[in-house]
Amino acid sequence: MSTTVSPPSPSHGTEVPVRGLAISRMWGRSQSVIPTLAAVLLLVAMLVYAELAYGRVFHAGTISSLLVSFAPTIILAVGMTIVILSGGIDLSVGAVVAFTSVSGVMLMNNGVNGWVAVILMIGFGALFGLVSGVLIQYFNVQPFIATLAMMFLARGLASILSTVPVQAPEGAPILALATDWKIVDGPKVNDFVLTPGFFVAVLVVVGAFVLLHRTRTGRTVYGIGGAENSAQLMGLPVARTRVLIYILSGALAGLAAVVYTAEVGGKAQNVTGIGWELDAIAAVVIGGTLLTGGAGYVLGSVVGSLVLAALAMIITKDGGIRPEYLTIITGGILLAFVLLQRVLTARRRK
Amino acid sequence: MPALKSLLRTPWFWGIIGIVLLLSLNVVKDPTYLAVGINPATGQLAGNLLDILRVSAPIIMIALGMTFVIATKGIDLSVGSIMAVGGAAAMELLRALNAPSSFGAMFTAIGLALLLGAVLGLVNGLLVSIVGLQPFISTLVMMLAARGIARVITGGQNTNSQNQPFQQISNGQVLGLPISFVIAIAIVVVVTVIMRRTALGLMIESIGVNPDASRLAGIRPRPILITVYVLSGVLAAGGGLFTVSEVMTVDVSGTGYQMELDAILAVVIGGTSLAGGKFSILGSTVGALLIATLNKTVLFLGVSAAATPAFKAIVIVLLVLLQSERVRTFVLQAGRRRTRKEVVA
Repeated sequence: MSTTVSPPSPSHGTEVPVRGLAISRMWGRSQSVIPTLAAVLLLVAMLVYAELAYGRVFHAGTISSLLVSFAPTIILAVGMTIVILSGGIDLSVGAVVAFTSVSGVMLMNNGVNGWVAVILMIGFGALFGLVSGVLIQYFNVQPFIATLAMMFLARGLASILSTVPVQAPEGAPILALATDWKIVDGPKVNDFVLTPGFFVAVLVVVGAFVLLHRTRTGRTVYGIGGAENSAQLMGLPVARTRVLIYILSGALAGLAAVVYTAEVGGKAQNVTGIGWELDAIAAVVIGGTLLTGGAGYVLGSVVGSLVLAALAMIITKDGGIRPEYLTIITGGILLAFVLLQRVLTARRRK
Repeated sequence: MPALKSLLRTPWFWGIIGIVLLLSLNVVKDPTYLAVGINPATGQLAGNLLDILRVSAPIIMIALGMTFVIATKGIDLSVGSIMAVGGAAAMELLRALNAPSSFGAMFTAIGLALLLGAVLGLVNGLLVSIVGLQPFISTLVMMLAARGIARVITGGQNTNSQNQPFQQISNGQVLGLPISFVIAIAIVVVVTVIMRRTALGLMIESIGVNPDASRLAGIRPRPILITVYVLSGVLAAGGGLFTVSEVMTVDVSGTGYQMELDAILAVVIGGTSLAGGKFSILGSTVGALLIATLNKTVLFLGVSAAATPAFKAIVIVLLVLLQSERVRTFVLQAGRRRTRKEVVA
């Protein structure tokens, strides 16, 4: 893949402002913003449609419950954004959510301190990421094969632990993440209620934004995805960064498991998270990140997650659309956006 | 000696060793494991070996399709879901026709399932070849979409139906072998002949080895890629038919679930590299038999069936490591060091 977009230039030194370059860079950027803008428009259109068709959408209660229930997806999408920006993919996140939530809850049930269990959950996730990262970086395994293997490993291990739902003990600290915080006390049930879990997702988004746009590691991520050889020749720490990317993705999957488990009241199952990797990939792609890597924004992925959230809401509100269609529709939207990307990149190359 | 050496280098040889080891493990646990007797109720041969052959039939089908996809440097993650689509279509149709002993109904059901498989495979093929999407993303979308399509076909139900001839596919025998296994082997033979007696196999390999060079040599990649994905879809639907004919019920969330890993694993065990290029049909078939033996062994040893993916994941990681440059050079260097030492001594 040739670099057709100019991501934040992956250089260590100070940038020398060259007028011609600056203009072409701005042009390049405005081009790469098109898919993200399309996602924002789609989101607004969906919300307006839902408001007109079903009502009670621009409603504090609806919006806040939507935000809270999609917090885990947002966290996964952030991790996936970083992986996809580097030109990779992580298919294991859904299964890692299943393994970490089941193992974490079982640890809590076996007398491990609740906070230690939460940290271990994130640690287990990071461990899966570490294995994927090492396989990909040092043994040249294709990312989708390595993470597919981790997907089956995590799912299988979760099933070995338990094939029936496990329940966290009452008063486990993890449940505190689902406390309702009334931000705006509206009339009747129309309150704007958020949970600490949602703010964890916000912190993750802010953290990833800073990492990607304000640090050397972030620039290296764009560099690897844009042109790995150039990044290597420029002396960027490609190997270290790539392993770190997958560790981060795994750890964020663990964190998503923490938030999700809290949200569902401490119940964990080995079948949790089937197909979540597709949701995360869809959110990233809808948000305008190129599947081939090197160009995209973490905030776009948040918009992408919200598009999926709005879609889920419309399907629930409609009631006429059977839930069987949900994966087909998600797949269809993902496909449409991938095609849009192909068209845009093809035009830019000419 | 050279013959033995080349045998040791053949991947399917190690697959057979694996099968023998697994079977011996079972024999250690139960000395009568390999016994084949006659089931007095049906008058057919019965035994664990026949069970293994029967469950291997669908795996042989999807592994065969996956072999060519992988040889073109692609991957088809949707085979498991397409199995469910094929099975769901056949069950719904047989239920609607309600002709418990009609051969016509059976052939219509088979035709419909294979047609659906071909259509879904065609979509994969078009996305990969014309649109130019990465294979894993196109087929990942198809993996989830096809599972949804299977649910739509049956309305979310696990449809069951009655059709004696169709049921015989997995439950009947010819010459003491399960019919489904015989059909699968026949298909393998036919496909092998097509691949090796025409230039198709060579073209597939050349695309996998070097797409640019093969294009310059005048091989048009698009029709070949489309053929490969359509073939994979058709074979997956056929595998789905074998699976549902066993119990005459389609489990829309369970039929073919996670079978894509089985197919990939069988192909890798058979010696086809995930990096594309040369393929071995015989290798993939042996690989499929090994997977079937592994599935049965894990069940026989009393491990939860849900846990088998973990074992397979470990096996695939090990195999991929063996294929990797780093490990190969390390082993080669170790070998050289040893010979050097011998020379010095």
